Amino acid sequence: MQFPYTEKVLEHFRHPRNVGKIENPDGKSMEGSPACGDMVAVYLTINDDTKVIEDIKFESYGCASNIATGSVITEMAKGKTIDEAKSISWKQAAEELGGLPPVKAHCSVLAVEGLRAAIRDYEEKHGLVTEKEPTTDEVIKRRLKHVMNPLTGLDVIRTDLILKTSVEDGIVRVVVDLPSDHQFASAIKEDIIEKLDSLWDVKRVEVVFTE
Amino acid sequence: MFEEMIYLDNSACTRLDERVLEAMKQYYFDVYAVATSEFGYSMGIDAREGLEASRGIIASKMGGSPEELVFTSGSTESSNMALKGVASALKKKGKHIIVSKIEDFPVLNTAKALEKQGFEVDYLDVDGEGKVDIESLETTIRDDTILVSVQQANQEIGTLQDLETIASVCKEKDTLLHTDATHSFTRVPLDVSKIPVDLVTISGHTIHGPRGIGALYVREGTPIRKWMDGGFQEFNLRAGVENIPAAVGFAKAVELVTPKENKKLAEMRDRVIDGAFEKIPDVTLNGSRKERLPQNANITFHYVEGESITLHLDMRGFAVSTGSACFSKSLEASHVIRGIGGDHERAHGSVRFTFGRYNTMKDADAVVEAISEVVEQLRVISPLRNEN
Repeated sequence: MQFPYTEKVLEHFRHPRNVGKIENPDGKSMEGSPACGDMVAVYLTINDDTKVIEDIKFESYGCASNIATGSVITEMAKGKTIDEAKSISWKQAAEELGGLPPVKAHCSVLAVEGLRAAIRDYEEKHGLVTEKEPTTDEVIKRRLKHVMNPLTGLDVIRTDLILKTSVEDGIVRVVVDLPSDHQFASAIKEDIIEKLDSLWDVKRVEVVFTE
Repeated sequence: MFEEMIYLDNSACTRLDERVLEAMKQYYFDVYAVATSEFGYSMGIDAREGLEASRGIIASKMGGSPEELVFTSGSTESSNMALKGVASALKKKGKHIIVSKIEDFPVLNTAKALEKQGFEVDYLDVDGEGKVDIESLETTIRDDTILVSVQQANQEIGTLQDLETIASVCKEKDTLLHTDATHSFTRVPLDVSKIPVDLVTISGHTIHGPRGIGALYVREGTPIRKWMDGGFQEFNLRAGVENIPAAVGFAKAVELVTPKENKKLAEMRDRVIDGAFEKIPDVTLNGSRKERLPQNANITFHYVEGESITLHLDMRGFAVSTGSACFSKSLEASHVIRGIGGDHERAHGSVRFTFGRYNTMKDADAVVEAISEVVEQLRVISPLRNEN
């Protein structure tokens, strides 16, 4: 009998590291929502002079991949500078865990985004972020790189699942190269909306499927 | 290798009863011919007799006659046959079909497929316990409604429908009624000689019978067209070599279910529901407390995710299932929990326990103990609990 998860994933799932909250954190984030399924909260203590992450804790409402990635990413980020930590990719996190099932890649992405969002929170509070960027096709493509194609475990941009994107008057339109009754159509749609509708100048997200 | 496993997913599939296998063996190794006509050779005639005796046992269990029971490969085929067969036979009379929103996939996705072929389908809402509202059924039925399909019991939350009233409404409005009884057959009473339901889907795999065998009850005179082409078997409704060993096994499985067993299942169910409510804060029962399958408990453990629960339980030797999106093949949260008005979070943390012949009260106690620890462990790391 073989679990779909590696020993290392199961080990982190059974005994997650760095779990909990930090009182008065220097940066914090809450990524995901109960709607998509998983949620991750990340709390950081950062040394203002060296910009080194001195302490990191996380909480997870999610499946085994989510919990394990949250756990491993806290280990990877601790002791790094915020710039180093920002560049940790979900691929590196997944590799650190000995691999994840493709269908679960989006859970692992969420934990990585949680870490980045917590760092961004710190940067915003400390005036390290320049002004807000308007949403363009470029920005949309960048965000969609975090939407996983559950068939492959790679993102929807790289796997050419997105036929077209457009943005006009705050309304974003994304055309997905799947029939609307595809097994994963609903899941992908929800994921796309979630990645885009939080952008500051986006009013509505329309996801269109091919028939 | 799984002797120690406490298996509580009996609505997905059950362990075969040895007595069923014993009854089947002779039709694999001794009487292995196809069912021939009475003018055939003796082994084929014996095979036919075995098949017909099984048909009689199963049909009489639900108050029907043998010639009203068509063997199929299981529930999925039975429900496809019912919906597509009736739709095809009656498309000139009307193109309107009604199904409940919380039907299992064989009915739900067949209805969706018919929609693409030009039929019009209404998906009936259910209340917070999963029951179809009779008034809304009455107002949804139109002159051109050809078929209503409402399950007898729900596959996930175990809610029983008021089939008697639903059937009399359909009868009054002169509309055919199909019911999916996959999870209720032999577990709760169904008598087609008293309740005017026209088509009933049943299966062997949910009652310790073989998988790959089911049946569709088709009331005499019901307009239905063959939907799979081939030979003239099964009253010319279901082509293909009859699966006689499985039909014999199915009949044996039907005979082996007793009222005593069903009572025992209900006791285990109640033990888990009561135990969970006693030991664990912030839990919700999904489905009706009173009108539910004897073998089904479905509970949401708030602030935690179902796949994490099932994995922890698996590592402790328990098999259960969940309505969480993470657990499902389509990554979608349970349409049943959503259908009874639950949000994603309620579906996400829902766990289904379904009992069978080989479970004991000790299993029920053990799973409550285990799940209370697992839920506590997961709540410690959940950002949702800490918010509340």
